[in-house]
Amino acid sequence: MSKIIIEARDLIKTYQVGDMEVRALAGINLKILEGEFVAIMGASGSGKSTFMNLIGCLDQPTSGDYFLDSVLTSKLDKNQYAEIRNQKIGFVFQGFNLLSRTTALENVELPLMYDRHHRIKDPRKKGVEVLERVGLGDRMDHFPNQLSGGQQQRVAIARALVNEPSLILADEPTGNLDSKTSVEVFALFQQLNSEGITIVLVTHERDYANFAKRIVELKDGKIIRDRIIDKPLIASEEMEKLKSVEVNQEI
Amino acid sequence: MKFKSIITAAIKSILKSRMRSLLTALGIIIGVAAVIVMVSIGEGAQQQVQEQIASLGSNLIIIFPGASNSGGVNRGAGSFNRFTMDDVNKIKDEATYIKYISPIVRAGGQVIGGVGNWNTSTQGVSPEYLDIRAWKLASGEFFTDKDVLSRAKVCVLGSEVKKNLFPNEDPIGSLVRIRNVPFKVIGVLEEKGQSAMGVNNDDLILAPWSSVLDRLTGGRYINFIQASATSLAQMPQAQAELPRIMREAHKIQPGEDDDFTIRNQADLADAATATTKVLTLLLGSVAGVSLIVGGIGIMNIMLVSVTERTREIGIRLSIGARATDILVQFLTEAIMLSLSGGLIGIFLAFAMGYILNNYTAQPAVIKPAIIFISFAFSGAVGVFFGFYPARKAANLNPIDALRYE
Ligand SMILES: Nc1ncnc2c1ncn2[C@@H]1O[C@H](COP(=O)(O)OP(=O)(O)O)[C@@H](O)[C@H]1O
Ligand SMILES: [Mg+2]
Repeated sequence: MSKIIIEARDLIKTYQVGDMEVRALAGINLKILEGEFVAIMGASGSGKSTFMNLIGCLDQPTSGDYFLDSVLTSKLDKNQYAEIRNQKIGFVFQGFNLLSRTTALENVELPLMYDRHHRIKDPRKKGVEVLERVGLGDRMDHFPNQLSGGQQQRVAIARALVNEPSLILADEPTGNLDSKTSVEVFALFQQLNSEGITIVLVTHERDYANFAKRIVELKDGKIIRDRIIDKPLIASEEMEKLKSVEVNQEI
Repeated sequence: MKFKSIITAAIKSILKSRMRSLLTALGIIIGVAAVIVMVSIGEGAQQQVQEQIASLGSNLIIIFPGASNSGGVNRGAGSFNRFTMDDVNKIKDEATYIKYISPIVRAGGQVIGGVGNWNTSTQGVSPEYLDIRAWKLASGEFFTDKDVLSRAKVCVLGSEVKKNLFPNEDPIGSLVRIRNVPFKVIGVLEEKGQSAMGVNNDDLILAPWSSVLDRLTGGRYINFIQASATSLAQMPQAQAELPRIMREAHKIQPGEDDDFTIRNQADLADAATATTKVLTLLLGSVAGVSLIVGGIGIMNIMLVSVTERTREIGIRLSIGARATDILVQFLTEAIMLSLSGGLIGIFLAFAMGYILNNYTAQPAVIKPAIIFISFAFSGAVGVFFGFYPARKAANLNPIDALRYE
């Protein structure tokens, strides 16, 4: 049996907005094993982003325990949190979050600059390597504003990969992309997952969720459904279909 | 993060908004340039004063009657402690470290001759006086020991006296009447210009001390004594032996106070430079304030920059930057900005110093120390005023920073 990589025990997150207390997460219990590909679904405001931020060590729960790689994160200090973000997790955002006026390659190398252990000896070489892996070998010196949305998201994925994390988290990674590019991005995630990287991503489109091996649904800060997909769709095959549709339309 | 990548990141970020960086650094540029120029003007003034005092004569020692606590002022006519030629002669005989010595006998009054009359000071001195003061003759010659012995009625005119009494002719050989006593002009002194102490060394007449005592003042008292030490290095020895000789001459018992005061050129120089030092300090501090204002400008811009770059900070935090990484990044930017401002300021100061020295009467002496100090100070300004914005950036929460619009 595979190792548990994420374990949430009764995670609660409340926000104080003026006099009101907003309960974004109302007790989440979830285990995710190494090698899984999980899609988190739910309506807007159901707490998906809040949950992702917690398991991405970008934020801390109001109460409850979160174990990452069997380490209880609430016992860690700010610097150890930073180190986890740097070493263990690659985070992909809906809005790409690339540094502007900084080339694709420099963006990708950025996490390596904050690696105190200098595990990767040649940042430049590694940066080129991951950019090639996401299919952007010919766009390395482009600035974000010279790239399409899909390309920018692939740069962001390359940046998430550069420190060789075991876990990639993505909060609506295709939210800003058209359907064709979205499928391409999912194909990339499927490929990375097949290489052994655990992937947890948020999407609110059921079509895309079917690319995952497991779907977890949230509502009002609670898990209402958690199921395994027996036969996930294969994104690369869907791409071929889309292409043939295009060809048919052209004819 | 490695040191090199910190620096390159800071340079990149500064160059991203060139105009703003330049305007920010402008405060420091002006501040540093102002500090250097102001202090250098002060130094220039100080050096001018010192040069003027040096022109008093090398190794000059002045002996006044009266105890030093009475300000070197004569205690009164007829009192025992006024100086006579006996004091001068005793020093001449016994002192080992005194090279030249001269009494000064002052006689004010009207001088008539040439084209009219002129009120000036006539001083009775010995022939060595010219060497003591390191003065030179413009024409003619100085009187000799023979003139002193014979109490010759000869005199040497200061350039100002010559200008007033003999504007268009050579006075050598002419007669001038000092308090109605005719003296023959045998020489004219070179013009020396206003001295540091405000004494006009050109408006005087020099004559043998014996002649002045005998024919003008009457009596045997001299006003004070000027001497020069054998060398600058032997000033301390000279100043040590003089009191002994003078106390002996005046028969002062052990335990009694001196009835004379000895001053050297350094004492005079100290008094004069003290004033210009205060001036330098004042100019420097005023300019220093502008440097601090420049620092506040940097803080202002860095604060704006932190707000503007909140998302960037969020991105960096989300990929694993620590708070210290962010702190170091912003602090480095602030320091680089202020140091490069300091560097440009130094160049600007040199340019202004060049203009002052070559096109104005006000000299500026730029010393390495002030360059170093103001450069270090500009760095300190960067640290001091960069710290608050940098800490503000470092303490941001990654989620809040990422969500910032
Ligand atoms: N920083 C915040 N301050 C206050 N309320 C918040 C904050 N972040 C999220 N919320 C609230 O928490 C709930 C869950 O939000 P979120 O996790 O962003 O939902 P989702 O990503 O599923 O759309 C929402 O009601 C939202 O308004
Ligand atoms: Mg969301």
